Parts: sequence; structure tokens; C-alpha cells
Amino acid sequence: MLPFNNGFASPLWHNGPIPGGLYNFPGHNGPASQPKKDYGVQRASQPITTGTSVVGLKFDGGVVIAADNLVSYGSMARFQDVQRVFNINNKTVVGAGGDFADFQCIKRYIDQKIIDDMCYADEYEMKPKSLYNWLTRILYTKRSKFEPLWVDIVVGGVEDGVPFLGHVDLRGRSYQDDVIATGFGKHLALPLLRERTETGKPIGRDEAIALVKKCMEVLFYRDCRASPNFTISVCTKEKAEILGPFKVSQNWELAKSVEGY
Amino acid sequence: MISAENFPEYNVPGVVKHDFHPYESNGGSVVAIAGDDYAVIAADTRLSSGYSIHTRKQNKLFKLSGTTVLGSTGCWCDTLALTSLISARMKMYHYLHQKVMPTNAISQMLSIIMYHKRFFPYYVSNILAGLDADGKGVVYSYDPIGHCELASYRAGGSAGALLQPVLDNQIGLKNQENVAKDPIPKEKAISVIVDTFISAAERDIYTGDGVIINVITKDGIETRNVSLRKD
Amino acid sequence: MFRNQYDSDVTVWSPQGRLHQVEYAMEAVKLGSATVGLKNKDYAVLVALKRASSELASYQKKIIPIDDHLGISIAGITADARLLSRYLRSECLNYKYSYDTAYPVPRLIMNLGNKMQVTTQRYDRRPYGVGLLVAGYDDQGPHIYQVVPSANYYNCKAMSIGSRSQSARTYLERHLKEFKNRTKDELIIDGIKALKSSLPNDESLSSLMEISIAVVGKDQPFKILDDEETKQYLDRTPPVGPQPSSAAAAPAVPGPGPGPEEDYPERDPPADPAVDVGTMEH
Repeated sequence: MLPFNNGFASPLWHNGPIPGGLYNFPGHNGPASQPKKDYGVQRASQPITTGTSVVGLKFDGGVVIAADNLVSYGSMARFQDVQRVFNINNKTVVGAGGDFADFQCIKRYIDQKIIDDMCYADEYEMKPKSLYNWLTRILYTKRSKFEPLWVDIVVGGVEDGVPFLGHVDLRGRSYQDDVIATGFGKHLALPLLRERTETGKPIGRDEAIALVKKCMEVLFYRDCRASPNFTISVCTKEKAEILGPFKVSQNWELAKSVEGY
Repeated sequence: MISAENFPEYNVPGVVKHDFHPYESNGGSVVAIAGDDYAVIAADTRLSSGYSIHTRKQNKLFKLSGTTVLGSTGCWCDTLALTSLISARMKMYHYLHQKVMPTNAISQMLSIIMYHKRFFPYYVSNILAGLDADGKGVVYSYDPIGHCELASYRAGGSAGALLQPVLDNQIGLKNQENVAKDPIPKEKAISVIVDTFISAAERDIYTGDGVIINVITKDGIETRNVSLRKD
Repeated sequence: MFRNQYDSDVTVWSPQGRLHQVEYAMEAVKLGSATVGLKNKDYAVLVALKRASSELASYQKKIIPIDDHLGISIAGITADARLLSRYLRSECLNYKYSYDTAYPVPRLIMNLGNKMQVTTQRYDRRPYGVGLLVAGYDDQGPHIYQVVPSANYYNCKAMSIGSRSQSARTYLERHLKEFKNRTKDELIIDGIKALKSSLPNDESLSSLMEISIAVVGKDQPFKILDDEETKQYLDRTPPVGPQPSSAAAAPAVPGPGPGPEEDYPERDPPADPAVDVGTMEH
């Protein structure tokens, strides 16, 4: 795209992003939306197997991200023990909602980057902001080719001692905040979290975990695509760890008072 | 089997049908006023889709240089792509010309970058404010496909249509008789901007939460924050 | 180091296991004017001697900014350096665009080395005839790298390249232990002193137009100092006495063509008597 190469040499740089150019990701050559037949192409671009809400919260010295362990096939609770929060390395964590296959596809690329980082053996590591920016560019490029990766990704971590929390969606729309929720969590969990953060008082690690556990409970009761089993990822300056799986302690006593139970 | 192939008379070659919408309106408003030796630009801090607010503290002003600030709202993913492209291109300019890109050059480049995607546009409302080569305040406004216009005051974004008439009255002094068309002092410009945002937050659900104001003078860029209603 | 039967192509080995064409390229570095790079805990500094190629010409640019966290100082064929700097710039720009962070300096230099290596292994290429001193700052602090035409790169505490740079290296070696605790200003002055020691005794830095200083470090984006600042540092630098004799104190005669007298004693392989004079009888 840019005249960075002289005529003789092979390109100095392939497969990388060209500012303003579109990524070839993953493994495509050229614009993908070229019609193959006279009639054009029609692509099924809706999610198939999906994860529901992801909830993230910054606390004093770290972040916590939670998601339940269900991957649904439409309304069917198809895969009931799938962890949806991951530690990328000891300073970066992600939580995935939306089409899980699409996320797994991205995850393979991320994992390869982490392996590359280890192979360099130079102590540079993928930082949360870098991953967040990379995901933003990747997802935007895919949406621009009309081949969206139908995901909602919450990126968290600690960068240079400062907690980081950001959200990237299938269009490459990204933002950072102290509280983030995707899917149904946007409606149900976000108000609960904002209620606490807007007091302005610092939140400790344990309180943050308790808060997201409460959110997962509320989400289980009200979101038909949620499961009682969930996992939490906590990232502090020292380490990133996965907690759980936890189970919402359910109370259906109320149901007995419902007529016709 | 009901598919396009079986009904050739309904098929139009080259038509690509998608059920995915690449655009999304994320709201937000920008207002800018240029003075003789300053330019003020402000944007609200709400990032939303429909009825849900993603974040209440999204800065939509991008400092491009010591004398130029871009306010960009609309489809947020396009804003992000556009602004990171601009900053890369500005660095290239710096390497090539050994100087920081001046405001008028940025305004032209922005127009070209936007028009470059004429048939799959950046769905954004851009307002560029800064100081020109003489230190005078300038405001450029854009449409999504790169039309660029030099103005002295401009409102854009989701409440642009609400705010522009207010500016026409207060800053442009339109349809007023026997008024002195004196230069507008900086503080007056800032207070008009704050008032317009307070009004916009009353009527536009996509504008609210807060305003970030950048005051550009020869001494640098000063940032101010004002709170707006959060409902 | 003269013509022999094993230097017809860059891909031809000598029986002693040497690539003469690559070694000739290394000599090109020594034709350029001297430049010094050094670092302390938080800063990396480049100081370069800029000389006009003729009375009628302006000064050659010696220090090239690459990105906010990185810059290079060059000795050798300037045109080759331009190409390499364009490569480095586009790499940094792309990295920043995708990862929103500065390119880690060691990785960038490794990739540069890989790019340069290609030219030492193909018959249709020639090695880059330029040596680089890279000053960068990233998460792991300041870096000074030396990159040579053979595509080797060295992570350095301090280094000097270019014509008559051996005296500057001697200065740097002598004071190596002190650099770590230097302030930024002292470090720059050390760089100037090192560079000054590489000047012939009868010459001195007649004007500040002859020296170029750049600094990068903690909260300090890569910056080439302007004339005013350069003058301040130059004024604060005490005059250096005649340099005590060192390994390379032999009078430097920058001759035309490959093979000026000055050498890197620590790197040059032992002499290769079999090929000193090439004859067709072999």
C-alpha cells in the first residue's frame, strides 16, 4: 500500500498491519467479499454457539472478570462446562462472550503470540493495552470485510502497576471503563456495579469478587441463557489467577408461594 | 428449494446481501468555536448504543498536535480506526517534512482520508479545531464522506442539529439587528459551549454525562471538565 | 585486505572461512565520521561528528530519529542508512498501530539484523555499507545497540563507530564503570569527551555545527538537541588533552577505497596469509 519497498527486494514486511490497509486475517488473501458467482454471495453472519454476559470490574490494584460456564446453541444449553475467562499471561486476562468458535479462533492467535513472546526469551510480554488495541484493529478489519468475528471480548489486566479494563465488540468498537458488562449484563449487572463504583470509595479485591459473584447470581436468575456455574479471573500486580468454578447458591423457596407450583 | 439460484429473474448480478450491520450509532456531540487567537472545542463523554450507555467518560477529542484537536463522534469503531490512521499518517508527514503537520494540512488530509472510503464511509461526524499558521483560530467541519468546510463555529454529532441554531444566534449573531459584531472573548465562547451542552443533554439522549473542553491557544491546550446530567 | 581470488562475490568463502566482500563492507563504516553512543540507568545518548563532504557542501545528517523511543546514529554510506531508517520507521509505525505501544528495542534490532543478513547470503545483493548506533528506551530501560554491515548486532553499554573511533572507544572503556551513575547532563558531556578524543590532535570542534547530540530516556522522547542546547553542553565540556597512546594510536590515514588503516583489533579475525596476495596460480 505504501511505497516502502524498492522494486528489487521482496517486501520488507508481510502479514503485518499496514496503517489504513486491511489485515489479512485469518489466512485470507485479498478482499473476501468478491462475488464468486453471478448472483453474489450470501454469508451466514450470525452467531451459532454463544456465550452470554461477561462482567468486569476494576478494584484497587487489579481487575476481576467473570463469566458463566455455558455455551448455548440457540436456546439450548449445549455446552455446560466451558470456561469463558482466560489468563493470557500473568498481566493480561480476557473474558469472551458472543460466538465461541469465533473467539476460539482469535484465542489461537493470541496463544501463539504468547508462545512467541516466550521464545524471544527477552522478558517482554503482551500487555493488556496492546492486546486490547490489537483486538480492536483485528475485529474492525474483519467487520470492514463483512466477515465479522461475532464476539464481545472484555480485556483486563495490570499494566505498569495500573489496572486496565476494556471492552471490544464485533465491530471493533472499543472503550475502557472501571466497570464493564456485555450482553444481558449490560442491563442487569452494570447498574449494580456502577452503584458501587460511583461512591468513589476504593474497592478491595475481596469486595470486588463478592460484587461480581452477586452479579453472576442476578444474571443467573434473570438471563435465560445463563448457567449457575461461573468462573472468575482475578489479575493483580503479582499474578493472574482463575478462581472457581463457583455455583450460584440457588433459592427457589419463592416459587412455592406462586400459585400452581 | 427456495434460493436465489432457482429464480433467475429475481437475481441481479453482483448483489451481495448481508444480515450484518457494520455501522452502529454511538452518539455524542461536538461543538467548536474559533476566535482571533484561540479555538475551543468540546465534546460530551457519553458512549452509547440505543438505550444502553457503554461508558460515561469517553473522551472524544483527539489531540493531533500542539495546535490541533479533532472531535469525532458517530460510529465509534470508525472514529477509532480513523484517528489511529491519522496519527500514523501525521508521523509519516513528520518524517517526510521534518515538521509537525499544521492545522490546514491536517484538515486537507482528513478530507482525503475520508473520501478515500467514499463507498464504505467512516460513519463519523468530525470537527477539527486549531490554530492556523498566523495563530488565528480555525474550525473545519466534515461530512462522513470528506466534504470539508472552514467555519468559525460549528456543532456536530447527534445533537448537532439542536445546537447549531443556538450558535448561529449566540456566536454568529444571525437575524439580529443593531448588534455589535465584536470578537468573542475566549471565556464567553467557553460559557456558550457549556450552555449548549447543558441544553443538548436535556433533549438528546445520546448526549450527556459530561463535557470535555479543549481550549487551544498559542500557549498550549488547556483541558476543562464539566458535568452534565447522567439520565 | 586487498583483491584476491575469494572476493568475487559476497557468497564466496575463502578457505579460511571468511567472506571477504562482507569484510570489505565492514570497512565502509570506518569511512564515516565518528559517532558515540552511551547510556546510564535512565538515558541513552548519541553524539556524532558531522562533517561536510566538501567545502561547498552542507553537513551530512548523522542522527536519524526513528520513533519517539528510538533513534540511530550512522557511519558509512548515508544512502544505505536512509533505506534502513525507512524500514525501522515503518516497522515502528506498524507496531504502534497494532499494539499501541513502542516496539521493544531488542526485537526491532533483531529483525533489522535478519533483514540485513539476507544481503550477506545472496549473490545478487551487497551488504549494507553502513554501521548504526541505536539508542532506544523501552520497558527494560535504555539500550545502545551497534549494528554492523555483516548483520551482526551487539548490545552495548557504550560504543563508538566511524573513522578514528578507536580513541573514543578507549575513552569509553576507561570510564565505563562511571557511566551508570551519571546524570543525563554528565552523560552527554562524557559522550562529547569521547568523541573529542577521536579528533586528530591538531583539530578541535571549531563550531557547534560540527557536533550533533541526541538523547532518549525516561519521560524523554527521542530528541536531537538544537544548536542552543548543543552549545551549552559543548561549553561545559572541558578540553581534552592529547589522548594517551592506545592500541590504535597509529596515525590514521583515511585513504580512498577499501582499507583505511584503522581496525577493530578486538573483532578482526587473524590475518589470512594465504589470500593476502591473490595469484591466479592457485
